[in-house]
Amino acid sequence: MEIFVSIIIGALTMCAVYMILSKSLLRIIIGTALFSHAAHLLVLTMAGLKTGAAPVLIDGVTDYTDPLPQALVLTAIVISFGVTAFFLVLAYRTYQELNTDNMEEMKGTESND
Amino acid sequence: MSVLHFAILLPLLAAPFIPFLFRALKRIHTGWFVLVVPVLLFVYFFRFIGITSAGDVVSETVEWMPSLGINFTAYVDGLGLLFALLITGIGALVVLYSIYYLNKDKESLGHFYVYLLLFMGAMLGVVLSDNMVVMYMFWELTSISSFLLIGYWYEKERSRYGARKSMLITVFGGLSMLGGIVILESIVGSFSIRDMVANQALIAESPFFVAAMILILLGAFTKSAQFPFHIWLPDAMEAPTPVSAYLHSATMVKAGLYLVARMSPVFQESSLWLWIIVTVGTFTLFWGAFNAVKQTDLKGILAFSTVSQLGLIMSLLGLGAAALHYDGIDDNIFMVATIAAIFHLINHATFKGSLFMMVGIVDHETGTRDIRKLGGLMTVMPITFTIAVIGSLSMAGLPPFNGFLSKEMFLKATTKVFSMDFFALDTIGILIPVVAFIASVFTFIYSLIIFTRTFMGKAKFDELPKQPHEAPIGMLIPPAILAILVVVLGFIPNVLSNSLIKPAVESIYPTLVASGQEVKVDIYFWHGPTPELFMTLGIIALGTLMFFMINKWMGIYNRIPNRLTLNGMYDGSLVWSNKAAYRFKDNYMTGFIRSYLIYIFVFMSGMLLFSMWWYDMYNFSFGEMAVITPYEYVLGAVVVLSAFAILFMRSRLPAIILLGVVGYGVALFFVFFEAPDLALTQLVIETVSVALFLLVFYHMPEISKKEARMRFKVGNALVSILVGVTVMMLSFMTLSNKSLSSISEYYKENVYDLAAGKNMVNVVLVDFRGFDTLFEIVVLAVAGFGIYTMIKFRTTQRTKGDGEHEHEAEK
Repeated sequence: MEIFVSIIIGALTMCAVYMILSKSLLRIIIGTALFSHAAHLLVLTMAGLKTGAAPVLIDGVTDYTDPLPQALVLTAIVISFGVTAFFLVLAYRTYQELNTDNMEEMKGTESND
Repeated sequence: MSVLHFAILLPLLAAPFIPFLFRALKRIHTGWFVLVVPVLLFVYFFRFIGITSAGDVVSETVEWMPSLGINFTAYVDGLGLLFALLITGIGALVVLYSIYYLNKDKESLGHFYVYLLLFMGAMLGVVLSDNMVVMYMFWELTSISSFLLIGYWYEKERSRYGARKSMLITVFGGLSMLGGIVILESIVGSFSIRDMVANQALIAESPFFVAAMILILLGAFTKSAQFPFHIWLPDAMEAPTPVSAYLHSATMVKAGLYLVARMSPVFQESSLWLWIIVTVGTFTLFWGAFNAVKQTDLKGILAFSTVSQLGLIMSLLGLGAAALHYDGIDDNIFMVATIAAIFHLINHATFKGSLFMMVGIVDHETGTRDIRKLGGLMTVMPITFTIAVIGSLSMAGLPPFNGFLSKEMFLKATTKVFSMDFFALDTIGILIPVVAFIASVFTFIYSLIIFTRTFMGKAKFDELPKQPHEAPIGMLIPPAILAILVVVLGFIPNVLSNSLIKPAVESIYPTLVASGQEVKVDIYFWHGPTPELFMTLGIIALGTLMFFMINKWMGIYNRIPNRLTLNGMYDGSLVWSNKAAYRFKDNYMTGFIRSYLIYIFVFMSGMLLFSMWWYDMYNFSFGEMAVITPYEYVLGAVVVLSAFAILFMRSRLPAIILLGVVGYGVALFFVFFEAPDLALTQLVIETVSVALFLLVFYHMPEISKKEARMRFKVGNALVSILVGVTVMMLSFMTLSNKSLSSISEYYKENVYDLAAGKNMVNVVLVDFRGFDTLFEIVVLAVAGFGIYTMIKFRTTQRTKGDGEHEHEAEK
C-alpha cells in the first residue's frame, strides 16, 4: 500500500511541477493545488498507513493510526486552501489590471524594473 | 590583557570618543585631543629601546581562539619596535601638522581623526603581532583606513577613484597573503611567526614553499606599491597631505617592507626569494624615479619618488638575504645591505615626511601644487624653502645629510654583486648596479626639480590662487623637526646604530645571531676612494647635466601609448569585469519566475538525491506493508490519470473539474487511511476551492476563449520528472528507515486524561498544539484580509505597463 501511494505521490508531484513551470498563472495555481495534495499524502504515508483504527478513543481498541500526521495535514489542508484562495484572487486582479495571465508578459518593461 | 596590548589598542579605544569631542567642543581643534595618543605611545615604546638593544624581546599573550591557534600575542623585538616608534613618532608630528592644515570649521574632523586613529592602531597591531592571523586582521584594517582617508574628500571624483583603486589592489594582496599564511600554518602547524622561523627547515622542504612565498610576497608588494602594483600610490595622493605624509610615505606603505623583513628568516635561504625581491625592487626603484621626473604635481613627484625609494629598500632587503650564503668572511658585506635597508627606512621617513609636509604648506599657502605655476617662493617662504632643500638633497643622496649615508651603503651593496659567485649573481647581476645608477640619476633630477621649480626662478605670484606667505609656526614645527633629524642623523648616524638598527637587523638574521656572528653597525661618511664614491660623483655630474638639458629629452615620456600603461590596463580591467559580471548575471537572472523555480527544484532534488546516496539510503527494505484493496487500485488510477489529464486539457473548465476529481480522490484516500477528520475537511475545502476556481474563471471570459493547449517542453518535463522521482525516493526512504519512534504515543496515552477528549486529531489541534492552530487562523485571517483589500480597494484603471508597480504596492 505504502509503495503504491508513494508512486501516486511521485506522479502527482510530477504533474504539479510541470504545471507550475508553465506560463499561465491559472495553471500555476492548479499546480500548487496538486502539489499540496501530494504533500498531504506524503506526510500521511511517512507515518505508515492503516496501522490501526481511526484515532478516536473507543473502549477495547488499543491500536490506532498515528494522530499526529493527521493533525499536521489537517492544518496544511486549511492553510493551502487559504493560499489557493489568495492566489486565485491575486490572479483575478492581475488579469483585471494587466489583461493577461501570461507570466512572461507580466515581467514588465526595462524601465519598469 | 597586559599594558602592551592596551597600548596597541589604545588608538582604537580612543577613536569612538573623537566624534563626541568634535561635537561637544567646537572651539578647540579636535586634533589637540588626538595628539595625546601618539605622544603617550611614543614615550611608552621609547622605553623598550633598552630592552631590545640588549637583545631581549617582550612577549605577552592574550588567548583569543586557542582551539584554532589564534591568540593575540604582542611581541616586541628590534624590528617591531623600530616600526612602532616610526608609527607613533611620525604620527604625533602628523597630527600636530594636521591641526594647522585642516580647518576646524570647514572639515569634518570627527571622521578624519577616527580614521587616523583607526590606522594608527591597526598599524601598531601589524608590526607588533606575532600571530599571523591577528597580523592579517590588522593588515586589512590598515587597507580599510587608508581607503577611508584617501576618500576623505569623497565629493571629489578623483578621491573616490583613488580610494577604490588602493582598496582593490591592497586587499587583493592582503587576500593573497592570507592564502600564504594558511599554507605556512598547514606546514608548521602554528600561526606564530616565531614558530615559523624556528621551523624554517620544515617550510623549505615543503612542496608548497614557492606558492607560500609568492603569496606572501604579493601581499608585501601590493602594500609597498612595488611594480606593477605601484599604480595605486600616485592616485592615493588625493588624500589630505597629512595623510599622504603619514600613510603613503612614512608608515603604511612600509608595512610591505616590514613583512618582507619579518618573513626573511623563513624564506631567505631560497635563491628565488633573493631574485624576485631584488628584481622587483630594483625595477620599481628605476620606474618610480623615471616617472617622477615627468610629474607636474608636487605630490605626484613625491608619490613616484616614494614608489622608487620603497623599491630601493625592497631590493636592499633582497640583497641582504645573500648574507646567509656568504660564510667564512669576517666582514659580512651583505649584512651591510640589510643595515642600509633599515637605516634608509628611517631616513626615508624623515626626509619624505618633511617633504610631504613642505608640499602641504606650499599647497595651503599658495592654493596650488602645480610646478608650472609655482616659482620664486624662496623670498616669501624662507623656512619652508630651507626644509625643502634639506629634504630634497637628502633624497638625492648628497652629503652631509642622512640620505647620503644610506645611499652610499646601497650603492656599495649593489657593487658587491660582482663578488657573489652563487645564484648567477655575478653574470646577470651586473644589471643591478647599472639600473641602480640610472635610477639614482633620475632621483637626483627630480629632487632638484622639487625645490628649484617651486622656490627659485621667476616669481609668478599673480597667477597663484592665493597670495603666498609663510605658514603659521605650528605648521612649520613638524617638518622642521624632521629636517633637523635629517641633518642630525647625517652627522651622528651612530646614535641609531646600537639602539635601533642593530636590534632590527638581528631580528632579520636570527640564525646568524644564534651562530655567534655579531651584527656590527658602524656608519661613517668617508670610506676612501671606493666604487660607490665614484658612482655618487657620476650621479651628481650626469644628473646636473641632464637637469639643465631637461627639455631636450622630455619627449621620451610621450612614447608609451596610453592603452598600454598599467593605469590603462587597470581601468580597462574594471570596465571589462563589470561587463563580464553583468553578462554572467543576465544569463541566469532572467526575470522569469519559471527560471528561478527551475533552479530551486533542481537544486532541491539534487541535494536530496545526493545526500541519500551519501548516507547510503538507497537500500530500500520495506517491512510489513498495509494491504491494498481493489478499490484503492481503482482510486489511485483515477487520481493519477486525472492529474495527468489536466496537463493535456485545452480549456480550463475540464482542468478545474479534473483538479476537483483529484481532490475528492485524495479525500477518499483519507477515508481508507482511517482519517475521518481529514476526509471531511478535504471534501468541504475541495468543494469551496472548485467553486472559487469557477468563479474566477467566470470573471475571465476573454482568456478562456483564446486558450491553447500547453506546448510540450522537454526541459520542464525533465525537471518535473526529476522532482517527482525525488519525492518518491524520499517517501521510500522514510518507509525503509524508521530509526526514531513516533512521538504520537504520548498523545494516544494522554488524550483523555489530560484533555478529556476522545478524538485525538481534534485534541492535538485545539489543545496540545493549540498555538499551531491559532497561527493557522491568523494565516487564514491575513489571507482573508488580503483578498478583501484586493477586491475592495481597486484603484482606477491604469495604462498597461505601470500597473505592476501599483499592484505590488497593493499587496
